[in-house]
Formats: sequence, structure tokens, C-alpha cells
Amino acid sequence: MAKKISPMDIYKLLPRLNCGKCGISTCLGFAAKLVERTAKLEECRPLFEEEKYRDSLAQLREILRPPVIEVRFGPPGREAVVGGKLVLHRHELRYMNPTILAIDVWDDIGEAELESRVRFIENFKYTYIGRELKLNALALRCRSGDPSRFQDLASKISKLTDLPIVLCSLDPEVLEAALLRIRDRRPLIYAATEGNWRDIAELAKMYRCPVVASAPGDLSKLRGLVKALNSEGLDDIVLDPGTFIGDGLAYTVNSFTILRWLACRQGDRLSGYPILAIPAVVWVDEEFKDKPEEAKWMEAVLTAMMITRYADIVIIHGVDVWQLLPNLILRENLYTDPVKPVSVEPGLREFGSPNDKSPLLVTTNFALTYFTVASDIESARLNCYLLVVDTEGLSVESSVAGRKLTAEKIASAMKEYRVSEKVSHRKIIIPGLAARLKGELEDLTGWEVLVGPRDSSDIPAFLAKYWKI
Amino acid sequence: MSMRRRDIGESFLEWLLKLLSESEEIEFEDFSLEASELQLDVTGVTPIIRPIMEAVKPEARVVELVEELPKPEVAFTNRISEVRIGATKSEGGSRSRVIVIGGEVTMPFYSFSAVNPNPPVVSGDVFDWKLPLPKPLRDAFGDAMDDPAEWAKLYVDKFAADMVTIELTSTDPSIKDTPIREAVKTVENILQAVDSPIMVGGSGDPVKDVELLVEIAATFEGERLLLSSIPSPEDRFKPIAEAAKRYGHNVVAWASLDLNLQRDLDRAILQILPPERIVIDPTSAPLGYGIEYAFSVMERIRIAGLMGDSELALPILSGTSNAWGAREAWLKIPELGPREVRGPLWETVTALTLLLAGCDLFIMMHPLAIKTVKQVISWLYGRWDKPVGGIPDWLGGI
Repeated sequence: MAKKISPMDIYKLLPRLNCGKCGISTCLGFAAKLVERTAKLEECRPLFEEEKYRDSLAQLREILRPPVIEVRFGPPGREAVVGGKLVLHRHELRYMNPTILAIDVWDDIGEAELESRVRFIENFKYTYIGRELKLNALALRCRSGDPSRFQDLASKISKLTDLPIVLCSLDPEVLEAALLRIRDRRPLIYAATEGNWRDIAELAKMYRCPVVASAPGDLSKLRGLVKALNSEGLDDIVLDPGTFIGDGLAYTVNSFTILRWLACRQGDRLSGYPILAIPAVVWVDEEFKDKPEEAKWMEAVLTAMMITRYADIVIIHGVDVWQLLPNLILRENLYTDPVKPVSVEPGLREFGSPNDKSPLLVTTNFALTYFTVASDIESARLNCYLLVVDTEGLSVESSVAGRKLTAEKIASAMKEYRVSEKVSHRKIIIPGLAARLKGELEDLTGWEVLVGPRDSSDIPAFLAKYWKI
Repeated sequence: MSMRRRDIGESFLEWLLKLLSESEEIEFEDFSLEASELQLDVTGVTPIIRPIMEAVKPEARVVELVEELPKPEVAFTNRISEVRIGATKSEGGSRSRVIVIGGEVTMPFYSFSAVNPNPPVVSGDVFDWKLPLPKPLRDAFGDAMDDPAEWAKLYVDKFAADMVTIELTSTDPSIKDTPIREAVKTVENILQAVDSPIMVGGSGDPVKDVELLVEIAATFEGERLLLSSIPSPEDRFKPIAEAAKRYGHNVVAWASLDLNLQRDLDRAILQILPPERIVIDPTSAPLGYGIEYAFSVMERIRIAGLMGDSELALPILSGTSNAWGAREAWLKIPELGPREVRGPLWETVTALTLLLAGCDLFIMMHPLAIKTVKQVISWLYGRWDKPVGGIPDWLGGI
């Protein structure tokens, strides 16, 4: 297992001034937060401002170095944060820094296509349980092999957007041409390989950029490469163990797992870097090459598997919404904090301007259920009451099955939130998936129970047809 | 001056530059090199492009960039039990093949530590009535939905599902209240129509399910069905588990996304049946609707099982068809793209996420999702220590 840190080890190295500049009154309290990873070292101002703490700072950085380090790229204020993982399994704590989704752009793309593609990537968003899901970065590929052309692309992109950029070429000259134009964007350089690493290391040092170490298909070589980059003083490294589809998939899944296991379980430093997956490889695979629809499908499938199995950043080519959507949602789901249930406060909510004749609906306090129902009510501009019952954050179907949503619970929520004072009628609408609670709820409350639709998108139609006072 | 061919390498370059600096004229014989790698300005004897410049620096010798990989110390001590579904004629049943699930000795696709023996399988989901389904599914099934036996055949013959699940949900008093003898007949028709192993599911009605599944168990003695599902409390799971024991079937122990409840239920059922007769269903919340709970519960169950918790060392099942309940999968929203692919992808991603958590058996619906999941499983059981095929040129090739 990776080392366990004690707050006392941290405390000993802090200034111990109890100055409170970090927002916590004591250094010991701050130390505890550092161990829980709910505070950052940078919040201790004296540590950074005063020369005499330099050695302590270096030691603290070493002790607090996460099993997988955090690498940042992109312009200040809009950085992509990659890695920083503390655990192998999300249930052990939580996954930090959601997988960065980088979409490719290439240097012989047409002017109009370039602009529309970049605009799409920049503006794409999907609202899910009250959050905006977005794409995060651009991967610029040099297809032409021509430094000036690539430079041109980098310039154009930097005028169109300030999205974080990955510069992709194995030719140092090509990379340098682009770096000259967008060095202030601090792009991620892809990639240092066995063949070019000295030059790439020079570029990474000169332009102060993080770099991808790439050795597809050979973990020993990848480690050697990381060691060589370390020897040049470079530590902002992302690993590319190689993404393969088809019969190579077993290698990819295993090598990603080996790296993450070694980093999190055995404290292996050379494995302790974020991992890059390139689902875009599907597009050059023999089986999918000339079949764009199949390539999109398989790229989406591969992306999902890599998000689940430890990829900290992925490069994808297809931008059809149907491909992106499941992966944006999967990422959101897997990166939620498993300790905090995704729930909302129970209670009686009002939508629009309801009066005593307005419909009264019931739902659960699972965030997703609640936001789905709420958005359907809002978009139909309905005036109504929504009774949110505490189901311990479970959906309607699960809570009915698991007896977290029962007639008793609804009845007691009706009492607790005083629904009878809000409406003069005695009718309540329960979710279609909770239909079996109807009889018991009627017996318990004496109210008329209407069984609503199974999906909340049908609420407006349901009310139009059945709500009569 | 003439010279013989030598290996291209940095020592050669050094030697060549030395020669160039000392000679007036050189002549190459039987010599080739790739121009893209090297440019020589022979008159100036100055290499132009940097890689060469680097290479000829005496201190910059190419070092072998190999650093030995430490051995990942993955040491699980326990083995997940194996469950056999379906019985052949010689075993007292009528199936042409038996499906074996479970038997894992390590986490899924940790092949570097050990290879798990039985690849996960897919079961086609059949219902005993024409329930309302999203259009992409209706299109895929066509008229087969009118007859459960035809529907089952479609899964096995056309969609290459490993087995079939018949969900007798129309027996639910609030749906059609189909009589039990009719439901038994449906199962019989399916056993006639296909030769693959069968799973039989009730409607979830607490009272009628007991009677239904006990009757099915007795009628099809020896077929080694998988009976689903038996939740707490005891008056629900006990009679079914006892019938499964008496008539030689397996059961599905179902709990709602809760490791401790799952363990309690397993412990109680293990009083009646051996572990080789129990598959667990910790509930598959679909993508976007709580998949993270399902993922982590399954992962925790599998880890606990491999570390020695015998009450959790059981194969895991996923009702992946649930994915079609996600509105993103089926709602007609043009800006999200065609639902003909959205739905199947939703189902596929749900299955594959749970595959990586340790799931053994997937109950699925759409042919494209079934095909992809089976394909991925077979890929993942391929060679893991070396990639098959060359390094893909995605940089210049897309």
C-alpha cells in the first residue's frame, strides 16, 4: 500500500505560527486538511514568502506528493488539471480531476471547418443535474510535417479560443515552430519518444511546458523514458503507454492498470504520472478506417472504457453529440464524491406561481430525479407544487424496491411540509414507477391518489388530460 | 576513397563526420539511409537538423531507455465460486450447452496477475408480453415481440446471445395478472425453441413471485435454470431457494445497491443453497442514473470476495436493459443525435463500465450493444503482455 501520512509529520514542517492566513486558526488544523487533501500547500503564505522555510517546503512537497502527480497545462485561469489521483478505486476516497476530454484539430484542415470545429468544441455543453458538462481541450495534430503550416494552425487557434492545447507531433522542429507562437498558453507537448526525447526535453525546459512520454506497447521503455526526462530535471510528465483497439485492447487495459496499481499500491514513482489514452486510434485501425460511422461508435466505446480504467486525459476525433454525451455523463458519474450522496434537500418546492388549486406532485430527493422532474416542469411553465420526499438519495424505481419510498414516508412528508395548508383540494400525483403505493397511500391519508406518468417528460400532457379541480 | 556499409548509428555518424573533415572526396558503396532522418551539408560538413546535432555530441550517446518494471504485487487469496447454468441431457436437462460463470481469482482484466477462467456472458432479455419499448428496440425485434419463443430464438440465432432471460412480468397483478400455468407454458415454449441455458424472472410482486418461481422450479426439474430474483425478507427468498435446491436450479440474490444488505441476504441464502447455486444482483443503476453506485458496489463486492469474504465471493449479474430507462437513451431529441445509436450506445457503455467492475452476466436487449460487448470481452481475453499489430499512426493517418 502507498504510504499513509500523519498530520503530525506535516505539522512539524509547517511554520507553526498559527497566523491563520490560510483561513484555519492553527497549523495543526491546516496539517490535518493537507492530509485530507482539502487544503493546498500554496495556502500557507509564510511557507512560500520566507526564505528560511525553503527546505521545509521541499520536504513537505515530497511528503504530500500524491501517488499520481497533478500536471497542469493551458493558459493561466483556464488550466486543464490532469491526474492528481490519490486512490486506485473511487470508493477508497474519491477520484480527483475529471478526465480531460481533448478533441483533435489538424493542420491541413480547411479554414471554414477549422473555425466551426473550434467553435463547436468551445461552445458545446450539456446540462445534467444542474451542472454544465463541457469539452476541455484541443489536440493539434501536425499532418503535413511542415513546421510553418503547424505554426500557422497554432496562431489561428490561439486567436479563436483560449482552450488548453496539446501540441501533437514527433518532430521537434514542428513543435518548436508552434511553441514560438503559443508559449504563453503553456501547451502540453506530445510527445517525447525513444528517438527524440533529448530535443523534446530541451523544448520542455526552454518553453516550460509539460510533456507526454510516449512508448506505445512497451512499459519498460516508457519507464526508461520517464527516468531520462527526470534526469533532465523534468517532472511535469504525462504517460502514453499506447492505446490499441481490437486484439491490442487487452494490452492497453492491462498496461493502464499496471501503471495505476504500481503508483497507488506500491508507491512507484516512475508510474506516478497521469495517463493519456488516445481513442482516436480507432480511426486508423484496419477494421474501421473507411467506415466513419463504425469508427465513431467504437471510439465512443473505447473512450468509455478508458475513462473507467484510469485515463486522466483522452484525445478523441469524432464530435457527434451522441458519441460525446454518454462519455461526458460517465465521467461526471464516476468522478462524484462517493461519500456524499447525490441528493437534494427534501421539502415542498413551488414552481411558477401556484395557488390552492394547483397540482401537487411527488418525487424523490435523488438529485438526478429531482432535477429531471424540475426541468420538465419548468420548461412547460407549469404552476404546481412538488413534494420532495427523503429517499436517502435513491431514484424512484430503486427507492420503491428498496422501501425507501413508501406510503408512510409520503404521508409523513405531507404532514411535515404541511401540504394541506397550501392546497384546498385533496389530490396528490405519485410517480408512475411508484404506482403500487397508491392504495396504501389513499388508506393512510384519505386523499385521492393519481398515478402519474412513468417519465416526467409526460407530466405536462398528463396534467392537461387528468388535472381537474 | 571508398568504404563499406556499416550499421547506421551514432558511432557511424561520428566516424563519418571525422572522415568528412579529413577528406577531400568520398564515395559511397552499397550504402543506403533514409533521407528523412539525415541531411548532410557536405561542403560545410555541418549537420543541419538538430537530432543529428544532438547525436554527434560525444556526451549524448544513445542510452538504452529501458527500466525494468517492478512486479505488481496483486495477491488475492480467495476464489469466486463458479455457477453452472443449464443442464445437458446427460446431466438431466435438455440444453445443448452449459454456461459457467464466476471462478475469478483476480480483479477483471488484471491479466498480468492471473487470467480469470470464464469470460463474462450476455443473456438476451425476453418479456412475456408486448411491453412498451423505445422504437430502436421495437425495430430490432419486429414481430418476434408477439411470441416470447420467437423472441428468444432471435437473440440466440441472430444476435448471438449466450443465453436467454424470460421475464414473466405480465404475471404482475397490476399488469395483466397472467395465470401461473400460462407463464409456465411460456417457459416451456422457450425451452423448446432454443437450446441455450435459460434464466427465468418473476414480476417483482412479493406474493405471486413466490408461487410462480416455486412452480417453475418444480415443473422444470433438472434444467438448472437461473431463477430471478429473490430479495429479502425471508418469506420471499426461503421458499424459492428451497425449491431451487430440491429441483436443481440456481437463484439470483437481489439487493438494492447496498453491500451490507447484499451480504446479509447472501448469508441467509447460503444456509439453504451452496455458493455454486447463487448469483448476486447488486442492482445495475444505468449510466446517468446512478451507475457510479452500481460500479462501486460491484467493485467493492468483488474485492471483498477475492480477499476472503465468502458471502460475497459469488458471480455478479447486471440487468443492463435498465439502461433503456435513461431518457437520454430513447427520448426523441434531434440535437442529441439519432436515437438509433444513442440507445444502443447507452446500453453498451453501461455494460462495459460494469464489466470493468467485475460483472459476470449481462442481461441485454439491443443487437448492436450485445455484439459490441461480446466483441470487447473477446478482445480483452486476448494477449495482454504485448500489443497485437503495429503502432497506430493516428498523428498523420486520420
